[in-house]
Amino acid sequence: MSIAFPKPDEAVLSRRSEILAGLGRLVAPEALIVSEDERRAFETDGLTAYRQLPLAVVLPSTTEEVSAVLRFCRDHGVKVVPRGAGTSLSGGAIPQEDAIVLGVAKMNRVLEVDFKNRIARVQSGITNLGISQAVAHEGFFYAPDPSSQLACTIAGNIAMNSGGAHCLKYGVTTNNLLGVTLVLLDGTVVQLGGDYLDSGGYDLLGLITGSEGQLGVVTEATVRILRAAEGARPALLGFERVEDAGACVAAIIAAGIIPVALEYMDRPAIQICEAFAHAGYPLDVDAMLIIEVEGSDAEIDDMLRRIVAIAEPFRPKTVKVSQSEAESAAIWKGRKSAFGATGRVADYICMDGTIPTGQLPYVLRRIDEIAKSYGLGVANVFHAGDGNLHPLVMFNTNKPGEMEKAEAAGEDILKLCVEVGGCLTGEHGVGIEKRDLMTYQFNPMDLEQQMRVRGVFDPGWLLNPAKVFPLEGRFAA
Amino acid sequence: MNSFSPRDEQDASAVIAEAAAKGTPLTLMGNGTKAAMGRPNQTEASVSSVGLSGVTLYEPAEMVIGARSGTPLSEIVATLAEKNQQLPFEPMDYRPLLGTKGEPTIGAVAAMNISGPRRIMAGAARDSLIGVRFINGRGEAVKSGGRVMKNVTGLDLVKLQAGAWGTLGFLTEVTFKVLPKPERVSTLLIRGLDDVTAIEALSAALGSPFDVTGAAHLPAPDRLGARTLVRLEGFSVSVDYRLNELRRLLKGFGTADIFEGRGADALWQSVRDATVLQERGSDRAVWRVSTAPTKGPDLVARVATTIDAQWFYDWGGGLVWISTPLIGDLGATVIRDATKALGGHATLVSAPDSERSRIDVFEPQTDAVTMLTRGIKASFDPAGILNPGRMYAGL
Repeated sequence: MSIAFPKPDEAVLSRRSEILAGLGRLVAPEALIVSEDERRAFETDGLTAYRQLPLAVVLPSTTEEVSAVLRFCRDHGVKVVPRGAGTSLSGGAIPQEDAIVLGVAKMNRVLEVDFKNRIARVQSGITNLGISQAVAHEGFFYAPDPSSQLACTIAGNIAMNSGGAHCLKYGVTTNNLLGVTLVLLDGTVVQLGGDYLDSGGYDLLGLITGSEGQLGVVTEATVRILRAAEGARPALLGFERVEDAGACVAAIIAAGIIPVALEYMDRPAIQICEAFAHAGYPLDVDAMLIIEVEGSDAEIDDMLRRIVAIAEPFRPKTVKVSQSEAESAAIWKGRKSAFGATGRVADYICMDGTIPTGQLPYVLRRIDEIAKSYGLGVANVFHAGDGNLHPLVMFNTNKPGEMEKAEAAGEDILKLCVEVGGCLTGEHGVGIEKRDLMTYQFNPMDLEQQMRVRGVFDPGWLLNPAKVFPLEGRFAA
Repeated sequence: MNSFSPRDEQDASAVIAEAAAKGTPLTLMGNGTKAAMGRPNQTEASVSSVGLSGVTLYEPAEMVIGARSGTPLSEIVATLAEKNQQLPFEPMDYRPLLGTKGEPTIGAVAAMNISGPRRIMAGAARDSLIGVRFINGRGEAVKSGGRVMKNVTGLDLVKLQAGAWGTLGFLTEVTFKVLPKPERVSTLLIRGLDDVTAIEALSAALGSPFDVTGAAHLPAPDRLGARTLVRLEGFSVSVDYRLNELRRLLKGFGTADIFEGRGADALWQSVRDATVLQERGSDRAVWRVSTAPTKGPDLVARVATTIDAQWFYDWGGGLVWISTPLIGDLGATVIRDATKALGGHATLVSAPDSERSRIDVFEPQTDAVTMLTRGIKASFDPAGILNPGRMYAGL
């Protein structure tokens, strides 16, 4: 529990009833949650070690309500923590005691689907998977697929610029977003982009994406939808040495092949997932790759044959090419259960750094040493194509001091990612979790420029203010 | 006019810090091949990136290339080609259209977010740009992003720099994600379609699972001469398969011939560079309009019934290139009435200086967006010395 929250503003706390009354005049009664019991449901997100009870929770149904609430909070100096489904793993949606939570989950309708122009316009509280489901009958889908896609909202995806397992081919949220309706802190409603490509003027859409709820609240979004491939099938390759798996990834890319997914698991991750999912993973290898390609059956066969041939010189111990949907599902089952399976054997924190892929063998060796130095275990799953690493640092909550050790190990791992030329977060966001590490990746001038831009939207630090930027050295713009 | 060519980041920082202290407006440039774009700005001094040259990082296995901003685009293309890779977004070469000579720089590709036909599939320059270093209007060296393609650490200032035309900073180094070159490129060509039918065909192709990487329609004065193009790329076996499937899918639109090799490459280059429309020496203005693909023909109809326009479509109909006579407002009112009604934005790409100072080059913005734009400009460049007025008057 080493991450600090700013001290709550006593003046705001003492005005709570007045603030609630004011909010009550702006939204429908059922949209305002004030009882302690009901507020509890919003006290944390996916980073459950940290909890803060908000002043109140507001769940508006329209852009106009969002606008009125934000304007009220600006006028009365009340902090606002925007929230989608609350699945953030970095604490992006964790409230503050002197803040209201402004949730968009009730605004979850599909507004328009246009298959000819390949776009969907949705309210921002719709789930990520909800978009794909709304267009699936025509064979279309929304490409970014974070592992929380069943629950997470497009609002949260935009705030965090979420990725997923398939971004090597399809990109992340920012590459699939065409327009938003954005409500600014003063209540102004702004349209950015639309149903066409590349807005004129500054790329405000690109700026908003990944801004972690600090620049405004998105209430509607226009996203690109894509026609799904005819099929997809993976191959599973097991290697005795980490280096061989890394070299095999490089060779596949050098051959001009961009698989739609390229997942790496290390020995502990393989063992844990196999014990849980019985996916048929090899238990005698140090590294395993799941490589998926798309297309017609014949195209997939051709591509997987090429991949197996490319892997040959790296002497894979296991080669399993899926021949059916059932086999594909089995191969994916283990990987997709990595977090759940790890949660069965230990408590864990999931890190999210990105590294240049060439550094993989060195980084994995160092991660192992770091975990050992704290007396902890670690399992690694990794989007090998794009360098996004998810070390799961395992600990036991019931042992005093172990969680702090795990957090310290996690910090060392993220610093390592930065040292080798990578970054603190590939897809989970900074939130509170990595806030105090920002100075490892950015120097004061880099951070000040970001804070100056932030200041254009929120000069008084009212929007999700406990996040992203270290509490020390903040800039009033 | 003073012109500076800093040799390194410190040098650039010193030049800009001094200009900021004195309040001296600066024109930021590479080799000036696109100086005739944007609003004309008159400054006492200029800073060029040409002294900042060379690839700083190239890791083919990681699909990433970094270079100093003044590196010629041709050098980047050649370096990538050695490892059989390419810039995903197929940057347009503006020289034929503008009638300029010299070497376009990779910095300008980033600063102007320059993309081409493959944008529909692989994203724009801004989507591949993963890291920048720049000098802001205070003379401070700032970095954003980095060399890895998945990075959500902090505010994405990379996106702001892409397409800011140097008004938010002097880029010193840029890093792009790259892709393998396809083994084979092939194009299906259908003749004789009118605009509406052609865009329907392109929508069908783009809505198929066959990974179309180019979708253009080139009308002709005689409809029989019109050409509709659908491009496929990849491994040869796969391209063969998809050509067949697409032919079947499109058979209601007419016979689709397969077109490959030098002639096809040249045709796509003329689509990319808009030389299908016109080359230099022409006394017409050129507009670049982005809209939803199926609205392209409607937009053109609104324009062409009012003024003498010529046009073609890229991006499946979503990018409309229009040329207009150099009279009146060059069609600005009718074109922007159309973008307002249908959604989209229009940029005046080519016209004489006198016209580009008189007519909004970029789509006029709403008041709220103008406020944000001004705020952001001031946050990077409080003295307003970086390319003042290049995008909008007073900015």
